[in-house]
Amino acid sequence: MRTITYQQAIGEALAQQMRFDRSVVLMGEDSTNAWGPTKGLHLEFPDRVLDMPITEAAFVGAAVGAAATGLRPVVDLLFIDFATVAFDQIANQAAKLRYMAGGRISVPLVLRAMWGTGLRRGAQHSQALHPLFVHLPGLKVVAPSNPYDAKGLMAQALVDDDPVLFLEHKMLYFMPGGVPEEPYAIPFGSAKVVRPGTDCTVVAIGRMVSVALAAAEQLAAEGVQIEVIDPRTLSPLDTSTIYGSVERTGRLVVVDEAHPRCSLATDIAAQVAQDRFAALRGPVRMVTGPHAPVPFSPELEDAFAPGPDQVAEAVRATGLVKDAAVRSR
Amino acid sequence: MGTSRTTDLTVDQIVEIYRTMSVIRAFEDRLHGLAKSLPGAVHLYSGQEAVAAGVCAALAPDDYIASTHRGHGHAIAKGCDVEAMMKELHGRPDGICGGKGGSMHIADFDRGMLGANGLAGGGVPLACGAALTARQQGTGQVSVAFTGDGGANQGAVLESLVLARMLDLPVIFAIENNGYAQATPAAAHFSGTDMAQRAAGFGIPGAVVDGYDVIAVHAATAEAVRRARAGEGPTVLEFRAERFHGHMELWDDQSYRPDADPERLRTESDPLLLLRSRIAEGTVAGPAAFELDRIDRDATALVEAAVTAASEPFTADPRTLLDHVYTR
Repeated sequence: MRTITYQQAIGEALAQQMRFDRSVVLMGEDSTNAWGPTKGLHLEFPDRVLDMPITEAAFVGAAVGAAATGLRPVVDLLFIDFATVAFDQIANQAAKLRYMAGGRISVPLVLRAMWGTGLRRGAQHSQALHPLFVHLPGLKVVAPSNPYDAKGLMAQALVDDDPVLFLEHKMLYFMPGGVPEEPYAIPFGSAKVVRPGTDCTVVAIGRMVSVALAAAEQLAAEGVQIEVIDPRTLSPLDTSTIYGSVERTGRLVVVDEAHPRCSLATDIAAQVAQDRFAALRGPVRMVTGPHAPVPFSPELEDAFAPGPDQVAEAVRATGLVKDAAVRSR
Repeated sequence: MGTSRTTDLTVDQIVEIYRTMSVIRAFEDRLHGLAKSLPGAVHLYSGQEAVAAGVCAALAPDDYIASTHRGHGHAIAKGCDVEAMMKELHGRPDGICGGKGGSMHIADFDRGMLGANGLAGGGVPLACGAALTARQQGTGQVSVAFTGDGGANQGAVLESLVLARMLDLPVIFAIENNGYAQATPAAAHFSGTDMAQRAAGFGIPGAVVDGYDVIAVHAATAEAVRRARAGEGPTVLEFRAERFHGHMELWDDQSYRPDADPERLRTESDPLLLLRSRIAEGTVAGPAAFELDRIDRDATALVEAAVTAASEPFTADPRTLLDHVYTR
């Protein structure tokens, strides 16, 4: 299989579906001068790559209206932080139109956005805001962690009839990986066991998958085998794969760089605690960013995002190692 | 302010426009008494009928509108079923949105009605989106974005003006200045400007139109529709017509309005009476007064039948709570 990058994989999924479906249009700021996954698409599809003025509320809302009347818009929000400027149109319009209309319409919309820490962009360009959107019924939220999943999940987003928030981790854009040339779709709500293990389940998303895998190497040297699960889609969430793993390992750590309160980490931890309490043989641990904005200073930003050491420490603190100290955040 | 002394509208068109206004008036004034027995918030449109009727009479059935929290008039004028609307207001599963929407979310995409909206100005970007679909697909459809004087100040609306101009979208911004943003006078929050002046700043043609004068509303909209279909882009129209009722039923004592102002409106600025007088004085070709009386009686009967149907006992199955969140 040939190797391409995460951003090339996303761009390939877009190009392949745009050749097949004329209703797909790209909307965003600087769409025809794009540098990322959509670079060059305006040359092949000059009528369907539309430059937008810096008016997130207007063009996200217009994409919702266009989706409800026959187009399949793919909106580039650039940074997920900018979704807050269009929050009414996402939370009150896109997510609810179908429900409020009694199911008589659908909103086949894809919102793309970069997310996460690592690029030294400071507090307003580095957030992991997916918990805000996972909270909203009517939205689907996708966060691929590697090029193969990025292409397959984007292909699915482009044929899905519901509004999909497609989160592209900015530090993964140049990650290489094996990606088939032919089109394929990965169904939503299907988690992937990235590394099988017997001693502790570690659920991680986005860039944290590779952090969890690094922790797995550390722990393997200690004779501890963790099972790393990437949910791939945050809404819908494949709880059955997570539950099945916890039933075998009896332990759970959730790793996410988002803030800790009302987060994906608390959500998964709470669901497991409620539904699989009997399977747990130790306390559930969460490894997250702190309850603080993302700092600019590189040293501080690196301290913000969870790293392999913290994940390994949390695994030990699930009861695998009795005296492991849990770093308090 | 744009008014109109002559019109090319035929007698049949005038009859339809009057019928639309009459049904809206009957619907809204009936709800004025009914609101206390209905769940939820109801915002009445009485007084503004000429805007919805005049605008929608200039549209084709497959053109789009996006409406507001005060949306019953727009829905009726765009052809939504009155009985299904009344059932929706009662929260019935046989309502126009299956009881999932209610007064502030009445939608019927088959009629080009993209929905009332609970957010002031929230529907305006949606209307731009429908216009974008029409532009991309070359259908020739146009889209009307209704919002109020209050909603017109929203960032999403002003951003939509930028977007519509940049893409030359076939969209008409129909700003209904009914005098008050809830209780704040438009004279205060518009800071002495009007939407035509503001539109000029965005490079968009604009006009202020007498919103009680359905002939003027229709004429201004027809010209905007012509421009939109010809690829000349958006138009901003500010229609001035005060609402007869308060902002919301059972909530608003209207103490912010000058004494007896609503009553004066009913005698001096009723758009139905104004059209009748235009017909009577011969400046508009319309039917005889007794035919207009019959239209009014039919409208009242239509609404009464809708209330009767909506008042039949019903149950909403709690299991349907989770229907329609997602397509699958």
